[in-house]
Amino acid sequence: MWSLSKITDTIQNWLNQTFNPTWALIFEMLIVGVCVISLFAILGLILVLMERKVSAWMQIRLGPNRVGPKGMFQSLADTVKLLVKEGLTPGGADKLLFNLAPFVAMIVAMLLMAPIAFAKDFQMWDLNIGVLYVSAISSVSVIGILMAGWASNNKYSLLGAMRSGAQIVSYELSAGLSALAIVVLTGSLSVSDIIYSQADGWWIFKGHIPAIIAFVTFIIAVTAETNRAPFDLAEAESELTAGFHTEYSGMKFALFFLAEYVNVFIVCAIGATLFLGGWMPFHIGNWQGFNHVMDFIPSSIWFFGKTFFLIFVIMWFRWTFPRLRIDQLLNLEWKYLLPISMINLLLITAMAILKWHF
Amino acid sequence: MYRQTEIIKDSSEVSPGGGDLEEGGGAEFVINVGPQHPATHGVLHLVITLNGETIKKVEPHLGFIHRSIEKMCESLTYRQFIYVTSRMDYLSSHINNHGCALCVEKGLQVEIPPRAQVIRVIMDELTRIASHELWWGAMAMDLGAFTPFFHAFRERETINDIMEETCGARLTMNYMVPGGVMADIHPNFQKRVKDFIILFKSKVDEYDELVTGNVIFRNRMKGVGFLSKEDAISYGCTGPTARGSTASCDIRKLYPYEVYDKVEFEEILETGCDSFARYMVRIRELRQSIKIIEQLIDNIPEGDFQAKTKAVLKLPKGEFYSRVETARGEFGVYIVSEGGATPYRIRFRSPGFSNLSALDHMIRGGKIGDLIAAMGTLDLVIPDIDR
Repeated sequence: MWSLSKITDTIQNWLNQTFNPTWALIFEMLIVGVCVISLFAILGLILVLMERKVSAWMQIRLGPNRVGPKGMFQSLADTVKLLVKEGLTPGGADKLLFNLAPFVAMIVAMLLMAPIAFAKDFQMWDLNIGVLYVSAISSVSVIGILMAGWASNNKYSLLGAMRSGAQIVSYELSAGLSALAIVVLTGSLSVSDIIYSQADGWWIFKGHIPAIIAFVTFIIAVTAETNRAPFDLAEAESELTAGFHTEYSGMKFALFFLAEYVNVFIVCAIGATLFLGGWMPFHIGNWQGFNHVMDFIPSSIWFFGKTFFLIFVIMWFRWTFPRLRIDQLLNLEWKYLLPISMINLLLITAMAILKWHF
Repeated sequence: MYRQTEIIKDSSEVSPGGGDLEEGGGAEFVINVGPQHPATHGVLHLVITLNGETIKKVEPHLGFIHRSIEKMCESLTYRQFIYVTSRMDYLSSHINNHGCALCVEKGLQVEIPPRAQVIRVIMDELTRIASHELWWGAMAMDLGAFTPFFHAFRERETINDIMEETCGARLTMNYMVPGGVMADIHPNFQKRVKDFIILFKSKVDEYDELVTGNVIFRNRMKGVGFLSKEDAISYGCTGPTARGSTASCDIRKLYPYEVYDKVEFEEILETGCDSFARYMVRIRELRQSIKIIEQLIDNIPEGDFQAKTKAVLKLPKGEFYSRVETARGEFGVYIVSEGGATPYRIRFRSPGFSNLSALDHMIRGGKIGDLIAAMGTLDLVIPDIDR
């Protein structure tokens, strides 16, 4: 129906007509950069507010309701507070690594936004190895956490970083294998190909039970990969005070905080893209009228709706479950999730070869 | 970091090369949990020796909230010193006051009216419920689940409102005085308690649904913090901590005071000896407390709420001891009197201190997460330990 690609095309044509191609490319890059940074900030604000509202709803509280209508500007006020706060660097800390770590975490989160299709034909970089790119870049986030933990010169931070290193490296396997299941079904690593392959139905419906298993494994693994409860051992509040970011304050802490939320958004966006059809509307077989109504809803709303549904699920986890212990966490991955997702991948491969899927 | 850490590093118990990961064999990591730490629920300082994530030793350091309550009591009269005891185990302040009042009454040989006895028992049990609820919420929070905390506080708030109406306070009640209770119950008291019982019965089931049956929770609790019956007895553990290890120690059953011998209730014993057993003891005790209140709330006898006592109480020369069952275990009051208006010496036996002493034994070889889980089931109140 309405497509954001018209806007982008208009801008690109105008730039190419006005300037020579090099300058046009530079301006496009600048525009994309500004868009990513503002999206990063806006997502952070929205998700923090959403988390507080969701938790308040589950905990029979009201949540923030003082700043602005229904507390809508609460996270804005918090940001101002964090901006004016003093950023301390503890004595004995490795100054370079300590100050670099939040930026590593943030840049990783920003890079991950590149291959995500936010709406129909509205994608920053449709590279042909999109899924591989995502899993490769998301492994870099552990470096930011390890850096922060090591450079802080704090024993809690070191323990938190150690835990998160073990955790992220382990759970990447399951997340990768579940994503691979869809790659096998689609036959392409490109994000846009994966989305277009779901035009006649989302993979979670088309792929029978193995796709559902892959979806559940994916959600569990990415919850662990983003250090969210019940897998928030890296910052286990009651055990390690704040884990790897114990020593951070002010804006440096805020960057970690933002990176966490943006990571949640990204993994949910990828989950929605792989399993729930990205921006593809919901279609049922030959119900022409119904499908037509669904087509009428803009693709960006489909994408953000699915993504925010998954984010809600992950927040639901956080406010319901207690935290796992480190050995149980690793047992869950290596003894259960990894074998399950490996066998599942075999099943999916067989299914893809035999064309059993719809 | 802290000086204490250095002392431990130097002591002979730790193998040479402690703290230095590069030297093989003696890889140790000493961290201070507390005095300011979210899991210690107060100013408890634990010095933990770690090998990776595995705990090799836990050493509690006390004294951060020592207010010399025992010494203060020596200069307060027998009516006054009870108020100070509310500040020890602030979650079962009623029961602390009760223990002190019992001891003074023993010395004075005052018979307290039946109405006061029944009111005291009802108040004790309400306090026990309130205390267990706070423990339940706080322990779930230690394990990383935030939501139960708010659910527990919702019901605890109702108890606090009932207390506020009758006692005029919500935390440090100071309602029990030598000879009975300070004031008669509020006219609404019985109705509100009955409403609370109806509400609470359904809520306990909700607690079970929310936490007890959770797979993650069970895995975190089962087999963690093992404390055998013999160890529980030799460390002097009392209350739910010992009853989780099948050691029978309920003062309400063994040495009944007030009307506890006239009401029907079970002493909860669990055979698991681990954190989950201690958890189950407390959850089942909630139901027993409700049972006790149900039996008494309609049968509060008419009469005085306070026995006639002199304005200035003077205990005869001698030593007096009384004990009560608080939400955490056995609370003992020992008074040495020289015959004056103030005690010569007062000594309190607080349950938390003995229970904490078993922590190191329970947790050696466990993970950091186990320490938090086991400490949660000990239900420590730090001002009770330090006094």
